[in-house]
Amino acid sequence: MNAQAKGGGGVPPLLELSGVSKSFGGVAAITEVDFVLSAGEIHGLVGENGAGKSTSMKVIAGVHTDYEGEMRVGGKTVRFRSARDALDAGIGMVHQELSTVPDLSVAENVFLGKQPLTRLGTIDWRRINREAKRLIASLGLDIDPTMTMGALPVGIQQLVELSRVLFSGARIIILDEPTSALSPPEVKRLFDVLRKIRAEGCGIVFISHFLDDVLEISDSVTVFRNGRTVTSEPAANLSKDAMISSMIGRGSIGMHMGESAELAGDDSRPVVMEADAVGDGKLLRDVSLKLRAGEITGVYGFMGCGQIELARAAFGKIPLQAGRILLEGQALSFHSTADAKRRGIAFVPENRSMMLFRNEPIYKNISIAILERIHRVLLKPDAERAIAQTHIDDLQIKTQGTDMELGALSGGNQQKVALAKWLTDLPKVLILSEPTRGMDVGAKEDVIRIIKKLRDLGVAILVLSSEPETILTLADRITVLRKGVVAREFNSGRIYKADLLSAA
Amino acid sequence: MQDEEAGKAGGLKAVLTGQLRNIAPVFTLLVLLIFFSAASPSFLTADNFMNILSQVSITAIIAVGLTFVILTAEIDLSVAAIANAVGISLAYFTLQPEYVNIANLPLPGVIAIVLTLATAVAFGMVTAFGVTYIGIPSFIMTLAMMQIANGVSALLVRGQIAYNYPDLITTLGTESVFGVRWTIIVAVLFLAGGHFVLKYTRYGRYIYMTGGNREAAEYSGVNVKLIIGSVLVIGAVCSGIAGMLAVAYFGSAQQNQFDTYLLDAIAAVVVGGTSLFGGRGGIGNTIVGLLVLGVLNNGLDHIQIDSFLKILIRGLILLSALVINVYAQRLREKS
Ligand SMILES: Nc1ncnc2c1ncn2[C@@H]1O[C@H](COP(=O)(O)OP(=O)(O)OP(=O)(O)O)[C@@H](O)[C@H]1O
Ligand SMILES: [Mg+2]
Repeated sequence: MNAQAKGGGGVPPLLELSGVSKSFGGVAAITEVDFVLSAGEIHGLVGENGAGKSTSMKVIAGVHTDYEGEMRVGGKTVRFRSARDALDAGIGMVHQELSTVPDLSVAENVFLGKQPLTRLGTIDWRRINREAKRLIASLGLDIDPTMTMGALPVGIQQLVELSRVLFSGARIIILDEPTSALSPPEVKRLFDVLRKIRAEGCGIVFISHFLDDVLEISDSVTVFRNGRTVTSEPAANLSKDAMISSMIGRGSIGMHMGESAELAGDDSRPVVMEADAVGDGKLLRDVSLKLRAGEITGVYGFMGCGQIELARAAFGKIPLQAGRILLEGQALSFHSTADAKRRGIAFVPENRSMMLFRNEPIYKNISIAILERIHRVLLKPDAERAIAQTHIDDLQIKTQGTDMELGALSGGNQQKVALAKWLTDLPKVLILSEPTRGMDVGAKEDVIRIIKKLRDLGVAILVLSSEPETILTLADRITVLRKGVVAREFNSGRIYKADLLSAA
Repeated sequence: MQDEEAGKAGGLKAVLTGQLRNIAPVFTLLVLLIFFSAASPSFLTADNFMNILSQVSITAIIAVGLTFVILTAEIDLSVAAIANAVGISLAYFTLQPEYVNIANLPLPGVIAIVLTLATAVAFGMVTAFGVTYIGIPSFIMTLAMMQIANGVSALLVRGQIAYNYPDLITTLGTESVFGVRWTIIVAVLFLAGGHFVLKYTRYGRYIYMTGGNREAAEYSGVNVKLIIGSVLVIGAVCSGIAGMLAVAYFGSAQQNQFDTYLLDAIAAVVVGGTSLFGGRGGIGNTIVGLLVLGVLNNGLDHIQIDSFLKILIRGLILLSALVINVYAQRLREKS
C-alpha cells in the first residue's frame, strides 16, 4: 500500500509523484496520486476505464501542466510547462490514441521532431531511412521506411509509433495501452525490446487492460481506482484475481473471459448476410461466410490477417474485386456506406478515432447515425439528448452528461460511445471490429452483455477480433482467417484458446 | 490541453481560449469601429452604415456559399470567376443596345434568369464531379474552374461591355425599398437561410460532421461525397446569384470585374473565425467577418490614406486573422 517506499539504498527513484491531483472543470480526474518508478523496472498500471491512468501519465509527460502536488525526477522537484519540457527531461510517452502523422512516411514518423541533419543543415534522408529501417526491424517490422504511414494497418502504425519513443533515448518511457492493436508475436517482440531497454536502466510504465500481459512483463504493478492509487506492489505478490478485485473494489466478478467455449451454431436459423468467395484484390481471397439471424459469428486472426478488410468490404467501404456479398439472398452492390446503413448494416471499426468526433458533444456523436429517424429535415436536439442519455445509462458511460465533449471521455468510454451509435434502431447486421479493445474487465462485460442481448433480439452479428478471449466469450461459430484466407471453421462443439491460436 | 488548463483561475481562461475563434473577430470589429469613429466624423452616421452594408452585400451572398464549402474542409477558389461568368451569361441572354457588339441570344426575362441559374448549377456540378467522383483536391479543381469560368466570360464578351439585364434583376441590383437596397435584403435573406440550414437541419449537421471528421462521418453512414458535392453546387449557385445582382449593381458586365471578390469572400469567412480545417464556425462568424471587412474598407476611405497602403493594411488584417484561425484550431486539437 505504501507507494512512497523507496528502494532503501538512499538513491532517489527515477520518478516520483506525491499527492498529485488534477481536475477538469471542477471534476476531479485523479486525487492525491502517489507513484514511484525506479530505474531498471517495468511498472504495470491497471484500472478500470476512467480510473485516471492516462491522466496521471499525462501529468508526467507534461501534457497536463496544471495540477496540484509534486513530481520529482531523480529526486529533483520538477514542474514541466509543456510536453517539450518533459521530452527534454528524458520522458517519452506513447499515447493511447494513435498519434502518428498519416501523411508522412514511416521513417519521418520514427524521427518526428528530431530528424538527423547533414553537415549542411538539410535533412539527412539517407540516414533517416536507413536508421528507421534498422529501428523498426528490431520490433520485427520488415517494411519500406519510405511508405506513407496512413496506408499501413493500425497494428503496424502502433509499432512505428512505439519505435519513435522506445529508441528516442528517453530514460522514462510511458506506454499507454501499447499492445491493443498488436498480434501475439508482435507483443512478444515488443516485450523483448522492453526487457532490453530495462536492462539499460530505463524505467518503463506499461498501461494495459490485458492483465496477463501486465503480470508477465511487469516488475511491480500499481492499481488505480476512481482516480486514486489503491495499491502498488511487486508483481510477484499479485495474481490476476487480486488485481481485478483491487480494480473494481470488491471480490472478483463472476464471469471470466473465455479460455474455452461451447459453440452453438444452428444451421436452421435464416442466413441474413453472406459473403461468397469474396476477395479485395490485395489480401482477402475466396472468403465465404454466412451470418445468421440471432447468431454471433466470430472471425479470429492475428492483426493483418484480413479481418479489417473483410469488415470494410461488408460495410461498402472498400470495393470487392471478386465474389459477392448477399443480403437476405440479394446480391449487394454498395455505392457508399450510406447505402449499407440504409439497408440495415451497421459497423463499428477497431480504431475509435475513425468513428468519433472528438470535438463534438457526446449526443451528436450518438445521434449522427439516426438523425433521419428523429426527423427527416430538421434537428431535434432534445430528442437527440434523450436518446443519448438512455445509452449513457445502458452502457454505463462515465461522463458528466450528454453535452460533454467526446474527447474528454476516457479511452474505454469513447469506445462505448462508438457502439452506442448503432443501438437506437436495431440493425439487421452488426459488424464489430475489435469491440472490446481498450476496455477494462467491467466494461468488457457490459459490452459483451449488450452484444449478446442484441443477438437474442435477432440481429446477425459479425465480431472480428485478434483477442481470442473476446471471440470465445461471444461467438456461436468461429471462422479463423490466416493471411486473407479462411484457415478453419468451428461450428459446434467445445473449442479451446489453443485451437484458435494454432489455427491462426 | 490548454482549453482545460484554466484550473484555479476558475475556468474563465478556458472559456476564452475555447471561444477564441468567436471572440477575436468581434473584438477586431469593435476596435475598428471605435478607431474609425474617433478618426473621422463622417464615419459614424446612419447613411454611412447603409453604405457599408450595401458595399458588402454582394460579397455576403458569395460568402454564404463559401461558408458551406469551408465548413466541410474544402475550398472554392472559383467563386469570383463563376460570379463573373454567370453575370455575363445573364447579359448574353438579354437583348443589348445596338452599339454593344457582342454575340447574344436574347430571351424573355424569366427564361434568361432560369437559364443563367442553370449555368451556375452546371459550373457547380462540374466542380462537384471533379472533386468527389474523380477525386481531384478542391483546391486544384476550383483553380481549374476559375480558369474555365474566366474563359467562358472572355468568349462571351470578347472584350466588350454589356449593359442590359432582365427587369427583375435590374430592380434587385439597383433599387431600394423603404430606403434599403434590395441587394442588402437579398444578402440578409441568404445569410438567414444559410444560418437556418446549417444550424437547424439534418443536412447542416452532416456538413459540420463531415468537416469535423470525414472518415467518422463516412463510418456513421453519412454520404460524404453527396455532402461535399452539394456544398460545391451551393457555392456555385450563391456565386452565380451574386454575379447576376452585381452586374446590375455595377451597371455593366465585363471581364475581370469581380477580381477582388475572391479574396474578400474568403477573407470574410476566415476573418469571421470559421475554421479552414472544417467543422467549426458558421454564418454568424461570416457576418462578423463581412462587417470587419466592410468597416475596414469603408473606414480607410474616410481617413485620407494612401490607397496603396490600404491594400497592405488589408493584407495584414487577413494575415492576423489566419494566424488566429490556425492558432485556435491548434488549441482545440491539443484538448
Ligand atoms: N480533457 C478532459 N476533460 C474533462 N475530463 C477529462 C479529460 N480527460 C480525462 N477526463 C476525465 O478524467 C477521468 C480519467 O480519465 P483517464 O483518461 O485518465 O482514464 P483511464 O484510466 O486512462 O481510462 P481508459 O482505460 O478508459 O483509457 C475520466 O472520468 C475522464 O472523463
Ligand atoms: Mg486511458
